[in-house]
Amino acid sequence: MAVLLKINGKSQAVDAAEGTPLLWVLRDHLGMTGTKFGCGIAQCGACTVHVDGQPIRSCITAHEDVEGTDIVTIEGLSSRQAAVIQAAWEAIDVPQCGYCQSGQIMSAVNLLANNANPSDGDIDDAMSGNICRCASYMRIRQAIKDAAKKL
Amino acid sequence: MFLDLANKNLTQAAKPKHIPILFKPTRRHVLGGLGGLTIGLSLAACQSKTKSESPKALAEFPDNSGLEEGPGLFISIAEDGRIQIRSPRSEMGQHALTSVAQMIADELDVEWDMVELAQAIGHPKYGDQNTDGSTTVRNNMIHFRRAGASMRHMLEQAAANEWGVDKSECSSELGVIRHGSGKKISYGEIAKAAAALDIPSEEDVVIKDRKDWRYIGQSMPSVTVPKIVRGEGIFGIDVRLPNMLNAVIARPPTVWGKVKSFNPDDALAIAGVVKVLELPAPQGDAIGFQQVGGIAIVAKDTWAAIQGREALQVEWDAGPNETYNSDEYAAALTEAVNKPGDVKLRRGDVSSQLAQASKMVSADYYAAHLSQSPMEPPAATAKWDGDKVECWACTQAPQAARRTVAQVCGVPEENVTINVTWLGGGFGRKSKADFVVEAALIAREMGQAVKVTWTREDDLKHGYFHAVSAQHMEAALDENGQTTAWLHRSAFPSINSTFAAGVDQGSEFELSLGATDAPVAAPNMQVEIGKAEAHLRIGWLRSVANVYHHFAVGSFADELAHAAGRDSKDYLIELIGSDRNWDPTTDGAIYPNYGRSLEEYPIDTARLKAVIEKAAEMAGWGRDLPQGRGMGISAHRSFLSYVATCVEVDVDDEGRITIPNVWVALDAGTVVNPRHTKAQMEGGTLFGISNALYGEITAKDGVVQQTNFPDWRVMRMREAPRAMEVHIMESDAPPGGVGEPGTPPAAPAIANAIFAATGKRFRRMPILGQSDHLNLTGEG
Repeated sequence: MAVLLKINGKSQAVDAAEGTPLLWVLRDHLGMTGTKFGCGIAQCGACTVHVDGQPIRSCITAHEDVEGTDIVTIEGLSSRQAAVIQAAWEAIDVPQCGYCQSGQIMSAVNLLANNANPSDGDIDDAMSGNICRCASYMRIRQAIKDAAKKL
Repeated sequence: MFLDLANKNLTQAAKPKHIPILFKPTRRHVLGGLGGLTIGLSLAACQSKTKSESPKALAEFPDNSGLEEGPGLFISIAEDGRIQIRSPRSEMGQHALTSVAQMIADELDVEWDMVELAQAIGHPKYGDQNTDGSTTVRNNMIHFRRAGASMRHMLEQAAANEWGVDKSECSSELGVIRHGSGKKISYGEIAKAAAALDIPSEEDVVIKDRKDWRYIGQSMPSVTVPKIVRGEGIFGIDVRLPNMLNAVIARPPTVWGKVKSFNPDDALAIAGVVKVLELPAPQGDAIGFQQVGGIAIVAKDTWAAIQGREALQVEWDAGPNETYNSDEYAAALTEAVNKPGDVKLRRGDVSSQLAQASKMVSADYYAAHLSQSPMEPPAATAKWDGDKVECWACTQAPQAARRTVAQVCGVPEENVTINVTWLGGGFGRKSKADFVVEAALIAREMGQAVKVTWTREDDLKHGYFHAVSAQHMEAALDENGQTTAWLHRSAFPSINSTFAAGVDQGSEFELSLGATDAPVAAPNMQVEIGKAEAHLRIGWLRSVANVYHHFAVGSFADELAHAAGRDSKDYLIELIGSDRNWDPTTDGAIYPNYGRSLEEYPIDTARLKAVIEKAAEMAGWGRDLPQGRGMGISAHRSFLSYVATCVEVDVDDEGRITIPNVWVALDAGTVVNPRHTKAQMEGGTLFGISNALYGEITAKDGVVQQTNFPDWRVMRMREAPRAMEVHIMESDAPPGGVGEPGTPPAAPAIANAIFAATGKRFRRMPILGQSDHLNLTGEG
């Protein structure tokens, strides 16, 4: 049964088995590989996307459950917050390997959309679901603060 | 260099091998026009900067992939003057592509904005591609510089020929060749003529003076980050080919375990599963980089394959390692280091000193198995065409992957093409080619392209684990508190066990990582190795044996300071002793020195002490700290670089730790990119702290017990330091490594800080494990 998903503003019919997580629909069915697989159980945040503006872990979200929502992935970020965050990330070269950074950026965009001036504690709360094994945490924190200043 | 382990080539401090042929005066050098391999995943145009022209207006790069030698291996020049630099080194977060481009572009003398990056396939002609041992800069800088300079030489010669003048009258300036008369020609215009020239001899090619460097030593922005922040990087797991199937594998839960029986029916009943097939078991008596066997579930998408594996009915024959239990093994290791072992370094007479010392101090340390767990788990894609196979993989070692795929599949190496994608972290795991072999085996069976994805559970259950270890330390102090004897006994399952049968103790090579190289000034010193068989695949992880050896050495140095009633930093400086270049071989040790000579890269105690003083100065060492806070310091030379780390911890009444500050001083000699070098110090330090606080892989009945990130714990944002400062010492010494040296001192530095804050000595890694509270009452 095809499911109609609205991803980055574009509606797409997806014919995947019921229960297939959004992550694998994005990656394997739609070829959108910017959203990453890291753990499969919502522990690492690499698969974070926005559903109706909220960050969710696409690895545990059945694709049919997000039919009718607005899904935004790293490829579709277009808000001013996102542009400022991406620029802040580039300005100090936050990423090392970069694999987790799609998820980091999705979480950071949501943080700044809801909190213009996050404290260290706010950053901890918003970002601790996103593991970076390269441990680029010092620069993620810095870039979020830099972006907040610009916004 | 760690692949040398497989070759048993540990004892020679050899020069770096696999040097690309950049100079060969007699052969014709062809820059363009050759057909050859198509790199399916060219990483060209990594940079996101948009050019004013549309992409179609850009000139094509000549296809240099068929070249066998010369600077064209690494450099292609398009008619419009754009430069393509082909990196033979894998990109896994150390910004190797950027630093390779810096080294080549500097000597080539081109505008940075004209440079685009591509990735070389795995092939010996590119020289050393083993992205491991922190070697990209330290072992290859001179080759990359010569490649750039050699190409510049040829461009100048071609311009001179064009103008009928002597080459000495021509000079380069950022992509243009100029003549004294005012004539000029761009690289793009003269590139084809340059390509037809002979490769110059090494003596004819002049590399720049250090003072003239334009990019080397500068914090050039990363060439990968602009793509990363838009989700455009292509990692191994992101590879997609037409008609590609996706596979996951049910692997034997124990090493050398085998499939006893299986029934594919339930797996095949899952929608999307197209095939269930048994992989061959590994051959011979050493597992090496072979596949571990098991049952592959091949499906239309990855999720279906995962579901198919859940449903699969399979029975395993556990094999010889089912007796492996971490608790018992820990006791055996500790027992092993509490009796005499094989002596691997001996200076003076440790036993008699210990017997007559006015004070004797001893301590046992333990460090658990660790997993590299890169955020991108291993993943590889393969596609056969007749008896030729093309693979795409996030590999640190494409030549090893090529060799192993050829061996296991029984085809000549020439039939195997390894395309290297970006790596979502490596940390040593992706040096091992097993996952590439799996893809090749399954794709051959399927007759179509197949991607093998490892889930996180696969990564943790079937890894090449960092060795568990026990260390026993003893020291004699004289009446002034000075250390007069130092005994270090180590036991751990050796990496060599992965490559040879019957290995039952660690190697001199592993001891040289933090034990036999400890620059202890005491007149009596002894290092011994104890017995330890391996029951998991043992592999290397960022900084390798330095992790556990330096945890013990760095912690014990602090214990001695306290035993002597001295300041930890001052005592550490005294323990290292006078300024000298120390050679462990004079005390009978086999000392590979990270593959380089001690003449070129001595163990220079003055440099080690200098980073200690610098880190202490940055930290304000010795200042009063609030209640509950403590500062710890440690320093170590590894991968030819010197790092001192000072950690400040805050421990609350319930034993919860936070890290207000970390200070790191690094002397890596010549540094190519300070910004990215600092990033490696940040990441390497936090990786080390994560190991020390949380990292623990255990086995029961031969089966790894951890399954995913909740029970394999790694540092998260809330646990990261609140502030961190890195200082790079000014130096024109030859380059040292930077990817790994940050890790070793971090573990003892935080353990020492916790002692300073609490008075409790933690001698076991991990210090916290799954807990958020220090155990301040029981035994460390």
